[in-house]
Amino acid sequence: MIDTDVLIVGAGPTGLFCAHQLGIIGLKCEIVDNLDKLGGQCIELYPDKPIYDIPAISECTGEELTNKLIEQIKPFNFNSHLSDRVQEIKNENERWIIKTSKGKEFLTTNIIIAGGVGSFEPRKFPTKNCEKFEGKSVFYSIKDKTIFKNKAVVVFGGGDSALDWAIELSKNSKVTLIHRRDEFRATPASVEKLKELQKEKKIDVLTKFSIKDVKGNETLENVEIKGDDGEIKIINTDYILGFFGLIMQLGPILEWGLNIDKKLIPVNTENFETNKKRIFAIGDICSYPGKLKLILSGFHEGALAARGCFKYSRPNEKYKLEFTTTSKTVKDRLGVKE
Amino acid sequence: MAKIKYIEHNGKEHEIEVANGLSVMEGAVQNDISGIDADCGGGMACATCHVYVKEDWFNKLPKKAEGEDDMLDQAYEPSPSSRLSCQITVSDELNGLIVHLPEKQL
Repeated sequence: MIDTDVLIVGAGPTGLFCAHQLGIIGLKCEIVDNLDKLGGQCIELYPDKPIYDIPAISECTGEELTNKLIEQIKPFNFNSHLSDRVQEIKNENERWIIKTSKGKEFLTTNIIIAGGVGSFEPRKFPTKNCEKFEGKSVFYSIKDKTIFKNKAVVVFGGGDSALDWAIELSKNSKVTLIHRRDEFRATPASVEKLKELQKEKKIDVLTKFSIKDVKGNETLENVEIKGDDGEIKIINTDYILGFFGLIMQLGPILEWGLNIDKKLIPVNTENFETNKKRIFAIGDICSYPGKLKLILSGFHEGALAARGCFKYSRPNEKYKLEFTTTSKTVKDRLGVKE
Repeated sequence: MAKIKYIEHNGKEHEIEVANGLSVMEGAVQNDISGIDADCGGGMACATCHVYVKEDWFNKLPKKAEGEDDMLDQAYEPSPSSRLSCQITVSDELNGLIVHLPEKQL
């Protein structure tokens, strides 16, 4: 079991800067995030989009902001637990025991939820029958590509994941790529490659079609697709892959007994504590009168929540505001040599 | 100001007067119309304010923003009449607009 002062749920910009604020005041923290990398929405949704409203930085991309934040918290040697998700919590002697979906356990005094609008999960097919085959012949990500060898595979989607996998699998499988419109949003090089393979008849490409139904008893037999003009086609296949990007869902946090209002967690603006003692919420996921969903608000909220955690983690010490410009203690924590 | 009719998937209708300059998404969210989630708050970074606009109105709306179709690829059951309601700015010209909400956003 990992013992810590604070467990931060979510490694977006708000969670990362909160780790900085905790480090400055001398608290230990661990960060859990469902994605396989730090940065949250910034890195997953808009790594290349420029952001213009970070104080003192006139322009930077989501990826640049993430990298700068990671750089800034390096001195604090925090641990991050990626591709993992907090599952259940238990209150024990004024502390929280948290289990993750990968089976990790934490013992922490405080929890700070910086979960944005939830954890990212692949968007699934709307077709009910797909559920029956999920994990067997319907997949939303690929762990072992060898299972597709010499098989028929139908890939849905028009982004990089869809095209990359269609191209890769076409080496050893019979691939059909289906997309709802003519244009692909994947990188131009991949689109070019796809067109080449289509010409060489190595990939079948069907556009302006989407999934209607899947058929099969024990094993998947075929997929029925419907065109914009109403045309129906049936394609026999062994596997179906769907790459429709990611959606965000609150998930198990909903079961923690927190007040939730329109998918947001109400907090007080003194320390961003929720209705549960020692559980805080900051960033896009928290709500209070006047809340702005801006990265800069998340930074402020994290700074105050960190001080809120200090009270619980160091009940016998009085919190004293120390400036990074002058405090020797803080400079030591930052590893600044003078 | 424009009167906009939001029709939920179950047929429930809401007719709302929305001020110019707001988006069709904001008109729904501010009036607690269920069926539009708008998780990202209007940044065109998700597809949870997805609506369908029938042909007569579809062609009268300002053209799709760059990247809107990319986001719509990730919507729940998109069709050629799909739009992101956060990208439709309300003006007098939109008076009488009807948008149909999908079965769900996620």
